[in-house]
Amino acid sequence: MSETNPAPIHPGIGAPRWLLAELSYKCPLQCPYCSNPLDYARYPDELSTEDWKRVLTQARRMGAVQLGFSGGEPLTRPDLIELVAHARELGYYTNLITSGYGLSEEKIVALKQAGLDHIQISIQASDPVLNDYIAGATTYLEKQAVARLIKKHGYPMVLCVVIHRQNIEQMPGILAMAEELGADYLELANTQYYGWAHQNRETLLPTREQFIAAEKIAQAHKEKVAGKMKIYYVVPDYYEDRPKACMNGWGSTFLTIAPDGVALPCHSARELPGLDCPNVKDYSIEQIWRDSRAFNLFRGTAWMQEPCASCDEKHKDFGGCHCQAYLFNQDMHSTDPVCSKSPQRWKVDAAIAAAATAAQAAEQPLLFRNPKNSKQFRPSGNE
Amino acid sequence: MSLDPEQSLQFSPLHRLQWEEAQQKYVILYPEGMVELNHSSAEILKLCDGAHKAADIVAELEAKFQASGLENDIHQFLSAALQNGWIKHV
Repeated sequence: MSETNPAPIHPGIGAPRWLLAELSYKCPLQCPYCSNPLDYARYPDELSTEDWKRVLTQARRMGAVQLGFSGGEPLTRPDLIELVAHARELGYYTNLITSGYGLSEEKIVALKQAGLDHIQISIQASDPVLNDYIAGATTYLEKQAVARLIKKHGYPMVLCVVIHRQNIEQMPGILAMAEELGADYLELANTQYYGWAHQNRETLLPTREQFIAAEKIAQAHKEKVAGKMKIYYVVPDYYEDRPKACMNGWGSTFLTIAPDGVALPCHSARELPGLDCPNVKDYSIEQIWRDSRAFNLFRGTAWMQEPCASCDEKHKDFGGCHCQAYLFNQDMHSTDPVCSKSPQRWKVDAAIAAAATAAQAAEQPLLFRNPKNSKQFRPSGNE
Repeated sequence: MSLDPEQSLQFSPLHRLQWEEAQQKYVILYPEGMVELNHSSAEILKLCDGAHKAADIVAELEAKFQASGLENDIHQFLSAALQNGWIKHV
């Protein structure tokens, strides 16, 4: 076999296709639904440039092809352009997932020259006051300017707007903003309630009525802009009666590397207790993917409890989300409580009811994602 | 957008067509997504190079594979590819 051939993988274990490289937990924004762990401030170490290059090379050799540079804010890494160039040379499709804050035209051009394929920029709301409040920083005008520069320089652009109770009634304004900015894709990502979002759930979870109304507007708009802009609508799973097929199956497709080199089967998995995820400083990507306990833990169906074990849909949703099972049931092996077959579904309904009650009352303050707030949380896995 | 037989076709600058050694197939890559292609789809898309019209693609592939009657299938695929934004008229 020549060197370009993929490394052999054990039978039954697929190869990673999607690599999420969380380059840094540093971020100038403080979004109260951030997907980083609550205690991220306890992990200030960052991999070196050489470590990242090795990780990218090893994962590509196994067959990873989509690569997301994320964080925190990936622009905080001074070696971002060098890493993009390395990734593009390896044949990755390179995605930069950024707040856009601090992205100069000079850097947009340099990244293009390095081979960056696509930029995803987040905007928090369709008006400056709410955007800047949710972001915890004055960023609205700069984000708008950066979005125009991204299109000016010929990138495909995804505009990502995380949806929650504070902005869900702006749906028409958000759709108009995306069109006006020339977004090729609009990702309307209903908040997923882990980590920071879980802490702020009563203030962020929309009511069922709000959710239904917003979805109707978004779906109608989908047809109107067909051929010009694609709309990805990420549903809030609390309002579903079957769980999402989380990560397309644990250890099947997705590989996340945290800033300090910890390899995770999903970007939220750091909050699972005792998972003991391996670090890329100690093991190769192939060893981690194929042999580590963490990546094998929820492969297949042998780990399942009832009602999953005897369910005829278990190959469709793989039992749902383990982080959600842990957050609600303190048992990551249990059925995702979103499922109407779960005996714990009432807990999700109670959370929906609590948010609906809170929506009637004066709004509670949000817990913003910043180092000071992060330091009040104990290290992951010791809860 | 429907297929215009008078216009040449080119692959979208917002997508990438690439051979994947690990999967032993061509794929279309775009923001955070991937479509795996079968052999014939890839052969059609490789000819969307800005110089070929639909009829040229049919003629070239019928010659290459010593086949006839490919027109319907190829037109159908090109129409779908236009709808998906993978190709566009020059």
